[in-house]
Amino acid sequence: MKFSKLGVVAVLSVIAVYIRAIYFTPFDALQGAAQKILYLHVPAAYIALYVAFGLIAIMSVLYLWLKDPKLDRVAASAAEVGFLFATVVLITGPLWARPVWGTFWTWDARLTLMLFLWFIYAAYNILRGAIDDFEMRARYSAVLGILGALLVPFIHLSVYMFRTLHPMPVLLKPSAPSMPSQMLTTLLCSIGAFTLLFIWLLRERYRLAEDRDAAMGALS
Amino acid sequence: MPPDELTQSVSRQAPGFLVSVFAIARKDMLIELRSRSVILSALAFAVLAITIFFFAWDPTAVASIDLAPGVLWVIFTFSGLLGLHRSFGVEQPTRAMDALLAAPVGREAIYLGKLLANLGFVIVVQAISLPAVALLYNVPIGNYVWPLIGVVLLAAVGLVAVGTLFSSMAVSTRLAELLLPLLSLPFFVPVILPAAQATARLMSGRAISEVAGYLDILAAFDVVFLVVCTLLYPYTLEQ
Amino acid sequence: MPQPSRHLLKAPGLQATDLARTFGGRRAVNGVSLTLQRGECLALFGPNGAGKTTLLRMLGGLLRPTSGTAAIEGMPLPGDVAVRARVGLVSHQTMLYDALTARENVEFAARIYGVVNPRNATTVVLEQLGASSYADVRVQALSRGMQQRVSVARAIVHRPSVLLADEPFTGLDAAGASALTAMLAALRDSGATIVIVTHNLDEALALCTSAAIMRDGRFVRLDHAPIPERDAYTALYRELSVDAA
Repeated sequence: MKFSKLGVVAVLSVIAVYIRAIYFTPFDALQGAAQKILYLHVPAAYIALYVAFGLIAIMSVLYLWLKDPKLDRVAASAAEVGFLFATVVLITGPLWARPVWGTFWTWDARLTLMLFLWFIYAAYNILRGAIDDFEMRARYSAVLGILGALLVPFIHLSVYMFRTLHPMPVLLKPSAPSMPSQMLTTLLCSIGAFTLLFIWLLRERYRLAEDRDAAMGALS
Repeated sequence: MPPDELTQSVSRQAPGFLVSVFAIARKDMLIELRSRSVILSALAFAVLAITIFFFAWDPTAVASIDLAPGVLWVIFTFSGLLGLHRSFGVEQPTRAMDALLAAPVGREAIYLGKLLANLGFVIVVQAISLPAVALLYNVPIGNYVWPLIGVVLLAAVGLVAVGTLFSSMAVSTRLAELLLPLLSLPFFVPVILPAAQATARLMSGRAISEVAGYLDILAAFDVVFLVVCTLLYPYTLEQ
Repeated sequence: MPQPSRHLLKAPGLQATDLARTFGGRRAVNGVSLTLQRGECLALFGPNGAGKTTLLRMLGGLLRPTSGTAAIEGMPLPGDVAVRARVGLVSHQTMLYDALTARENVEFAARIYGVVNPRNATTVVLEQLGASSYADVRVQALSRGMQQRVSVARAIVHRPSVLLADEPFTGLDAAGASALTAMLAALRDSGATIVIVTHNLDEALALCTSAAIMRDGRFVRLDHAPIPERDAYTALYRELSVDAA
């Protein structure tokens, strides 16, 4: 097994961020230690929703236009890694909610959005698994990718029409972010570390897809 | 057989787009009318849902009128799926789809024709379930029949637009029966959620202006997905 | 029917140049070239897996070729609506809707091909194929042979100028086969271009003006009229189309 430099850097940076998060970042006044899950939950959510899904959407449009199998492989890899990150969000969410809100699940706007995003990832991956022909699989995945990307804002909108318990946006607010600067730094670092992790996993998964396609004679 | 009879040219004009759409819609509806299999299962399911919902709640704690929106939208969604599954399924056994694809019919016309037929089916189910639920659950819908019909129709278009496209995709895969609901349900959420909320608000006597936001989302969803699904449909066909 | 422009009037009924189609790593059709004038009828023989069905699907506009070109009456394939309107497709799959009657099936085809009087055209073509007596019976209640006749009716109700028939005699009894042969001969005589894939040498050689043997995606033999004498051809066919397995 090859050790990729990127992988080493990614894993080390994740570890470094969590050491900082646990030992060197102040506790939240209201939520105590439970709040530390933020540094796991938020980056994973950010990547699953924007980075991975955005990548899938772009690759899907490009594939239908250019028909290059590489584009399909990137989309497929992003879908599997994104699914993993979405699962992390759905696990850390309830784990965080229980001590803080007293309940595991609340059907609040953002968790529900992530739940449906998880379903779309699941559907995408199962769809790919159900088709053996390379070309049809790539085409159908691209169609689903585009439709899924268009769906996300609609789910966002419709789910937001309910009351939300979720902490309101802290980072992407119009005014300056309202966290103490140390916490903010840790959060930004964890987002960076997770992004590195995502890129590393994406590359590994892409290489796996390439090898598999070559073995099946699809690379011409 | 004298060749003259055959050379008598059968006067032919390229069929217009709308003509093809309606011919295909009509054909699908005729097939369903003949076998009636799906409409009967949908109605059986509706009766089951209505009965179970009613008996599954404590009548002293929950008023039946509060259950009505839930029952209605469960019925519409699941019976809609029944109809959608059969939509492209009917072209499979004898490869009738090949004949459709070889014909001078635009690909988009095939999608829209089937969409129309599915819409017709869903509307029939709605037209029967809505009065049935109103009757059995004591819902006085007299005051807001028209807004309610508006909500129901807007939602039907959205469900059928994505459902028809996914039916076309699912039918050529290995897990067709699993994939259609799996693919469709995340897409049904931004339709069912506003529709059910709007229905609930109308039924509890709120003003129509309060449900305007939900109607806007439904209309926006319909427009966006009708256009995008029509454009994407040709990509679900063999190249 | 719109008049073809001057230079198309002389265009061959069907033309293919180096047509090829690959599925995954497999070349199903590997360079087929063919020119058929209007009124020509080609019998296409070959073992299973030779690529005959794939070739026909490309000519019928159902599949895009991986490389090479093809044209129907001068108009390139895969074509637009105008090209597809001139082609009729028959296969051993009936492509009929079992829940509908024979008449409804053929009328539907007439409608989507833009036939001006679908009811009339349907009645005429069902009569020509000897299927009038069961025109209003649902297809699922018909025997295989009857269904095949209805399927042919569906394919020719719009009087195609090119008919692609993939094993059209499947399931037909003697009466059905002779009705079909007569119909194909009449079509041919009225200037239509026909390609028939079949395993039945007798029927095909009686009907057709050209014959080809296909194997592993290519034509290993192509004879235009006059076709070599039947017995000699039968021996040649056996020799050239023995399965590799």
